[in-house]
Amino acid sequence: MANSVEIRNLDLSFGSVEVLKDLNLDVEQGEFLVLLGSSGCGKSTLLNCIAGLLEVTSGQMFIKGKNVTWAEPSERGIGMVFQSYALYPQMTVKGNLSFGLKNAKVPRIEIEERVARAAEILQIEPLLNRKPGALSGGQRQRVAIGRALVREVDVFLFDEPLSNLDAKLRVDLRVELKRLHNQLNNTMIYVTHDQVEAMTLADRIAVMKNGKIMQLGSPDEIYNKPKNLYVADFIGSPSMNFLEGQLEGGTFKKDGVVLPMTGYQYVNSSQVDDRPVTIGIRPEHVVTGELVAKAPVQSEVTVDLVEPMGSDTLVYATLDGTTFRIRMDGRAKVAKDETLTVGIDPARASLFDTKSEARL
Amino acid sequence: MAVTDTEDLGAGAKRPSRLFKNLAGKIAAIPMIFTAVVVFIGCTLWTIYHSFTKSRLLPAPEKWVGLDNYERLWGENRWLISIENLAIYGACSLILSLIIGFVLAALLDRKIRFENTIRTIILYPFALSFVVTGLVWQWILNPALGLQNVVRSWGWESFTFDPINNAEIVIYGILIAGIWQGSGFVMVLLLAGMRGIDEDVWKASRVEGIPTWKTYIFIVIPMMRPVFVTALVIISAGIIKVYDLVVAQTSGGPGIASEVPAKYVIEKMFLSQNLGLGFAASTMMLLSVLVVLIPWAYLEFGGKKNG
Repeated sequence: MANSVEIRNLDLSFGSVEVLKDLNLDVEQGEFLVLLGSSGCGKSTLLNCIAGLLEVTSGQMFIKGKNVTWAEPSERGIGMVFQSYALYPQMTVKGNLSFGLKNAKVPRIEIEERVARAAEILQIEPLLNRKPGALSGGQRQRVAIGRALVREVDVFLFDEPLSNLDAKLRVDLRVELKRLHNQLNNTMIYVTHDQVEAMTLADRIAVMKNGKIMQLGSPDEIYNKPKNLYVADFIGSPSMNFLEGQLEGGTFKKDGVVLPMTGYQYVNSSQVDDRPVTIGIRPEHVVTGELVAKAPVQSEVTVDLVEPMGSDTLVYATLDGTTFRIRMDGRAKVAKDETLTVGIDPARASLFDTKSEARL
Repeated sequence: MAVTDTEDLGAGAKRPSRLFKNLAGKIAAIPMIFTAVVVFIGCTLWTIYHSFTKSRLLPAPEKWVGLDNYERLWGENRWLISIENLAIYGACSLILSLIIGFVLAALLDRKIRFENTIRTIILYPFALSFVVTGLVWQWILNPALGLQNVVRSWGWESFTFDPINNAEIVIYGILIAGIWQGSGFVMVLLLAGMRGIDEDVWKASRVEGIPTWKTYIFIVIPMMRPVFVTALVIISAGIIKVYDLVVAQTSGGPGIASEVPAKYVIEKMFLSQNLGLGFAASTMMLLSVLVVLIPWAYLEFGGKKNG
């Protein structure tokens, strides 16, 4: 498929501060791309660059094959939704949806049609004559999405659109956004710091740190095969367990812990020579109870703390002097100071070079 | 274990008297309540009452004369000119200082360099008293010393700009000084209001391709309504009580061409020793404020119940 958005060697600096460094990114037509990262990683800055709200220092940008590096935001064929909704408070919902179109001299009948269609898709028809002040947060954000929708553009940009909503509404609107994407099949670029949003919505996720893309891949790749320690640590809640040790002849060794890495898929099988490594094991990949017997490696841990969360139980244990998080079933019976036998499958773990932090 | 006898629960269980709730706050409010009742309401009523008497000096002897003072007031040319001047000064000053203040604020809001320096320079005249402002502009507008002289010295020999000595336009000379002094303050007020507007609204309007001036007129100004109301109240109060500027700049001259109501009141009360007439004039000023204020307040606060 053709690329909808292409970014080539993008640099952005504010004075001497480099915010984005030599960034390259291709977004396919109809793709839902999520830019994920902690605050200050440059994800919103990148989105603002794509929107044309920030001038890039160097590099080029193409939308639908057209070079838009120096184009005005309105000429780029984008619609944007903001965290704070950014509705025009003195206009009705209908006014909000149609103001931009009126300004672009779209014929009145067409404006009516587009507004009616957007209102139908987003189910905001009963609200059309109300002002934003009389709407709830979720309704306001729907209107804001509608304002991007009526522009009938190819690319939608979302800047943390759900972050101002309460938890329940966030989940509802998240599902609705996914449905909207399936229905419209537009390219969507979505900025968030919430990894659940990223995992559930994205076709591909770009995990960013310090203005660089650490990994770009499908949610499955990001979760199961993180390319480096940062991504491994950032994705997943509770986060991955890390053990620093030594790789000796295809076996991970750290004092009392010995894990033969049988079945582990190396990125490059020529790299398996001995070196200091860090192994990452997801808390949900540690098995307990009857399943332990089937696991390739067994180990004993001491329980420090138990956090029951309803759907599952989070256990903080000690494995060879380091904290080890284990996610167990919600009905599991564990108590403090108990000794637990756990099973680990090295094939599902991730191995990183301790020095370069890259995946092996 | 259960305690059923409520009387044994101690002092904490009793509802405290409402009179002593927030006692410190109530005590602190007494001076202001006293000021509001005695000074604002009491003195206003006292003034209105005495405007119907023939009082001349302060421990006012009360000789009821009915509407005599008002008839005399409205028959006096000086008062009529004062009212006319106030109307011109008020309308122009209100509109111009709002427009100039808004334009300056909008220019400063475009993320320019040296914003703090420029803001300070523009606000600076506000730090000067009206007396100094009046005196400075008296010099600037003086044909032999100021602007006219400078332009003529550049070679434009026929240039004439002499509002201070021309009875027809003297009030505009005062207007220039008033706006110079006040628009910086309006700018700072409106700039603060503009800063309160969400950055994302600007971004949204840029994405939609709405020109900057349209964003200001259709989106930003409506959002700044409360700030505009504040600015309007402050400017209006300044207009009604304009006195020292006139005294310093023109002393009401040439002749009586730049008289204003506040000056008329002060002079009748303390120079001509005609308290009754002065009170009648100040009552008229109060009335004119109410004529503007009451319909506005009705629209602003009364209309909400229906809407």
